[in-house]
Amino acid sequence: MRYVAAETVEQAVALLAGETGDARVLAGGTDLLVQIRMDLIEPDLLVDIKRIDGMFDITPENGGYRIGAAVSGAMLGEHAGVCALWPGVVEGFELIGSTQVQGRATMAGNLCNASPAGDAVPALVAANATVRIAGPDGTRDCAVADIPVAPGKTSLGKGEFITSVYLPARSDSAADAYLRFIPRTEMDIAVASAAVSLEMEGDICRAARVVLGAVGPTILIADQAAKTLVGTTMDDAALDALATACSDLASPIDDKRGTVEFRKDVVGVLAKRAAKIAQTRAGGKS
Amino acid sequence: MSKIHVTTNINGDAVEYLCEPQETLLDVLRNQLNMTGAKEGCGSGDCGACSVTLDGRLVCSCLVLAAEAEGKQVSTIEGMADGEELHPLQKKILEHAALQCGVCIPGILVAAKALLEKHPDPTETEVRYWLAGNLCRCTGYDKIIAAVMDAAAEMRGA
Repeated sequence: MRYVAAETVEQAVALLAGETGDARVLAGGTDLLVQIRMDLIEPDLLVDIKRIDGMFDITPENGGYRIGAAVSGAMLGEHAGVCALWPGVVEGFELIGSTQVQGRATMAGNLCNASPAGDAVPALVAANATVRIAGPDGTRDCAVADIPVAPGKTSLGKGEFITSVYLPARSDSAADAYLRFIPRTEMDIAVASAAVSLEMEGDICRAARVVLGAVGPTILIADQAAKTLVGTTMDDAALDALATACSDLASPIDDKRGTVEFRKDVVGVLAKRAAKIAQTRAGGKS
Repeated sequence: MSKIHVTTNINGDAVEYLCEPQETLLDVLRNQLNMTGAKEGCGSGDCGACSVTLDGRLVCSCLVLAAEAEGKQVSTIEGMADGEELHPLQKKILEHAALQCGVCIPGILVAAKALLEKHPDPTETEVRYWLAGNLCRCTGYDKIIAAVMDAAAEMRGA
């Protein structure tokens, strides 16, 4: 295995595209280095992107924020602007691993690891976040939702890598939240999870986006479930309809951490509770 | 395959070493630099026994490649005491008898120091969450948490 710390985006792309063997991008390394050490993968080349300009930047852009691909959970959690605008995205990302893991782990890495249980992903998708991708044909933007295609697989092509994540602007009466179920209080992988992003107008929900994690081969966008909230005051009937729609959509696996029946049930409960938290946050802002 | 030449700074001292691409910072600390305070417990970032700080950020040195330390500031447990004078956290761990086998303690001290630099007045809950990535199989944690809270109080007073 070779290690190269790329100095520019173009150099990183050329290295990734030119490698005939298995080339991997190294940002935080909290998944990649574990997989190498467990002999799950044997890369021929690691391209460290952390020396490239801008990889650690968090920059205001069109009312939202562009977040460099190497920004860690610890760094994002210290950024007051992002925490205020997209609290659900930050809380999802911060649930990943320990303080030590948070010192290195990145959202782009969590996304490209393509686990259906990645805690950073559902809230990013609920936020309609996009990623900027550099590759042999130049730069393109892509919805976060379109990156994971199957467990461990992404839509990124040969030589491509994510350079930044973009969180869009939103109104003052909008907010989001993320909840997951794990059998303990810290340091575990989601058994089921839900992200809810809302836009309120007074007491009425004007727009909603609901995304479920760990209950399908990739994250699931629950558009039917989101519709149950729109136009309502998010009363008990609306929230119950939301929970039912989420449970109906979920298609989880049975394993030692949770049965299909349990996961389907609990993902509805999580969506309902996340929706209430987002509602409170949206109200508290105005 | 030629080795990678790394120039870094560890506990305030300029350090140079040669490493293989797959070697971790923990490997180099322990096997080349004879800094054996950081321990390899799990090698997968779960136990925190290898904790160090990298440019001030708490990390697991088993999940950092040695090559990545180029140009960085690394702090390890070896830099914690001031000569013979122990750091308040080290004194309080001893006073509270907060260790038995001791394997986890260098990592816990490095992690707790990073916490108190960021939050000098943490609640017990904050200490427990911050140290959730530092596993101890002997003490049951209560004495460690008490020692950290006590050290925090003393450091605020000092």
